[in-house]
Amino acid sequence: MASFDLPTLWAFILAFAVFAYVVLDGFDLGIGILFPTLEPGVERDQAMNSVAPVWDGNETWLVLGGGGLLAAFPLAYAVVMPALYAPIIAMLLALVFRGVAFESRWRDPGHQRFWDAAFAGGSMMAAFAQGVTLGALLQGITVEGRAYAGGWWEWLTPFSVLTGVSLVIGYALLGSTWLIMKTEGAVQDHAFRHARIAGIATIVCVAAVSLATPFLEETYYQRWFAWPSVLFAAQVPLLVAIAAVAFFVSLQRRYERLPFLLALGLFALSMVGLGVSIFPDIVPGAITIHEAAAPESSLIFMLVGAGVLIPIILAYTGYSYWIFRGKVGHEGYH
Amino acid sequence: MFEGFDALLLARIQFAFTVSFHFIFPAFTIGLASYLAVLEGLWLWTGREVFLDLFRYWIKIFALSFAMGVVSGIVLSYQFGTNWSVFSDRAGSIIGPLMAYEVLTAFFLEAGFLGVMLFGMKRVGRGLHYFATLAVAVGTLFSAFWILSANSWMQTPVGYSLNEAGQFVPDDWWQIVFNPSFPYRLVHTVLGAYLTTALVVGAVGAWHLLRDRANEGARVMFAMAMGMIVVTAPLQVLAGDMHGLNTLEHQPVKIMGMEGHFESHPEGAPLYLFGLPDETTATVRYPIAIPHAGSLILRHSLTAPMQGLDTVPREEWPPVAIIFWSFRIMVGLGLLMFALGLYAVVAGLRGRLYDTPNLHRFAVVMGPAGFVAVIAGWVTTEVGRQPYTVYGLLRTAEAVSPLDAPAVATSLVAFVVVYFTVFSLGAWYILRLMSHSPAPHEPGLETSDAPIRSAGITPATAVDPDRALGAETGGN
Repeated sequence: MASFDLPTLWAFILAFAVFAYVVLDGFDLGIGILFPTLEPGVERDQAMNSVAPVWDGNETWLVLGGGGLLAAFPLAYAVVMPALYAPIIAMLLALVFRGVAFESRWRDPGHQRFWDAAFAGGSMMAAFAQGVTLGALLQGITVEGRAYAGGWWEWLTPFSVLTGVSLVIGYALLGSTWLIMKTEGAVQDHAFRHARIAGIATIVCVAAVSLATPFLEETYYQRWFAWPSVLFAAQVPLLVAIAAVAFFVSLQRRYERLPFLLALGLFALSMVGLGVSIFPDIVPGAITIHEAAAPESSLIFMLVGAGVLIPIILAYTGYSYWIFRGKVGHEGYH
Repeated sequence: MFEGFDALLLARIQFAFTVSFHFIFPAFTIGLASYLAVLEGLWLWTGREVFLDLFRYWIKIFALSFAMGVVSGIVLSYQFGTNWSVFSDRAGSIIGPLMAYEVLTAFFLEAGFLGVMLFGMKRVGRGLHYFATLAVAVGTLFSAFWILSANSWMQTPVGYSLNEAGQFVPDDWWQIVFNPSFPYRLVHTVLGAYLTTALVVGAVGAWHLLRDRANEGARVMFAMAMGMIVVTAPLQVLAGDMHGLNTLEHQPVKIMGMEGHFESHPEGAPLYLFGLPDETTATVRYPIAIPHAGSLILRHSLTAPMQGLDTVPREEWPPVAIIFWSFRIMVGLGLLMFALGLYAVVAGLRGRLYDTPNLHRFAVVMGPAGFVAVIAGWVTTEVGRQPYTVYGLLRTAEAVSPLDAPAVATSLVAFVVVYFTVFSLGAWYILRLMSHSPAPHEPGLETSDAPIRSAGITPATAVDPDRALGAETGGN
């Protein structure tokens, strides 16, 4: 384990930004993924209503993740982005469709079917591309010197498709549990059913990805099963099992907030598992966080801002969520 | 389709396309956010309903423009890595933190309060709602601050050293942020954004005055927009002149290209009003020139000597014809804006601001002029920086990602198709919103009595204001 220095600190800050993005945009992307299963009319309207005031803030964490990677680990950014060219561009284009659909769907009823399709398709494509990106990173990329040296299809493997599908399902889980919390009546019943199916599928996916990962690279296997780190690493699957059981029990008892929190917990545990697998690399198998780190003067300059501003951002983001708290009826906000 | 195009050229076309498309939206929303803050402030201060009506009229247009700006901006923040990875590796330690500050100070502020601004009036009350509107407006200005700092550093790099890996290492952040061309570029760009918004608001006001000169909302927005143009157009001429002097000091070759000065002029340079710059013969064909006027503008002296591109190696030349013409388009439109302001002053002094159809027609025609001018301005400054990405230090050809041309070609086609599909539908809807006259009790994004289907948005009322049920007065 490296000592706790500036690059390590920045790795944690970026991991936090990525996690914030995944869970926040995760549930609003999840709404889009569930969109085709919701009835046109009141159900879709309520679902979109529940995220309209917050999606823009959620997506900003993606910009912080990308911009932060460029700023803190420019070498990693320079290597990873060309390697993941196709899925990254696909994600960006998908987000264009879906972002504009938020504003256009309601005020352009003549094209509502187009905007509904843009919202659902964009959400699915963005989620899938993000999952593929993660899988492609985990399986390793070809690096020579300070640059990516592979072709532009290297990212596409059965494993990256598996992680892509898994993330779509995982986001659907976040979206359905969010709807349980924010809606009532028929929409909520619907969301309960979705959450159960997405929950089962998510557990299957987590298990499949977890089983495949240690066998991708010798180092992952060692990090997971070497003594004594196995003592720490073994807690993760155990906690996943506990969270999964609690999740299905909470659905059975029709708790309204707990399923969402437990779904967040599942994502947090997956993130920890990911960290265990790759730390201290930032491009797995090729570049460590220390090799990729920006000069100290850059890291300190940003740390001042991040240290002051991230707590403020969290405060007013929380405040904004609080303003729009409670159920969204189809009567909107009152 | 793309034979003969290499990855470098395709990446440059892709960046030019996505950045030009993106910049249309911030150029409009920076000004519109401030305008909305002024409208809401005036409403709170005077209690006049017309200001709230106008606030509601423009916030619908703002919401859609802002969303299009956000999503097209996310593309740009990732494009540094996908298409310009060597640049990211070399300059990321300097450009990255500036952009990270933009995210932390601007994007989160805008996004965090946008929801409250759009949908929260009834939830938080007037005071806090006004705070949210101000936060969004200030956020757009913070954003301009940081992104122009980053861009200006690429034009006039200072405060760095180079390490063995060829990376720029920051030495002095104060110098980097407030680099020599930054203040001029910031003022010029923000004024450009305010002018762009004023021209659009003025054109919409004028359009509705031509149909009904008694419409109160149209009168107020037209008067406010003309007032803004009268103030900012002359300021912009001044700021542009100072920016030009700054560029002459730090990027003289760019000025030589913009002015079409292939030859040195030891006894004072002419000003080419028209001409076709030809790089192969290094001459301006069919020139129409004012003798000595070039020196007068750039050196403020009739006989000051000006060096030309003949003093610079060929491989350092920017593409002359492009910046020669983009610069003239920008300046020409700027002068027309100035003329519009003068016309409005004359009409206003004669008490006929709302009764001069020719003025209104002129204003309608000038509606898109701001967009054209800011894009022409960006082309001038960005193409004028060539062949460098970081001026004088990192060539564009060295900054590109090690990608295959088909990958860049495919993504370029995808961007063009998606942008034209999505943004033309968005733009079409914005135009439709603008075609409705501002009405008393203008419905906003949230209404209380109508059956609400989205986050307070009722399609029927948005499409047809006459069908708006129970217009509410805001607050609680």
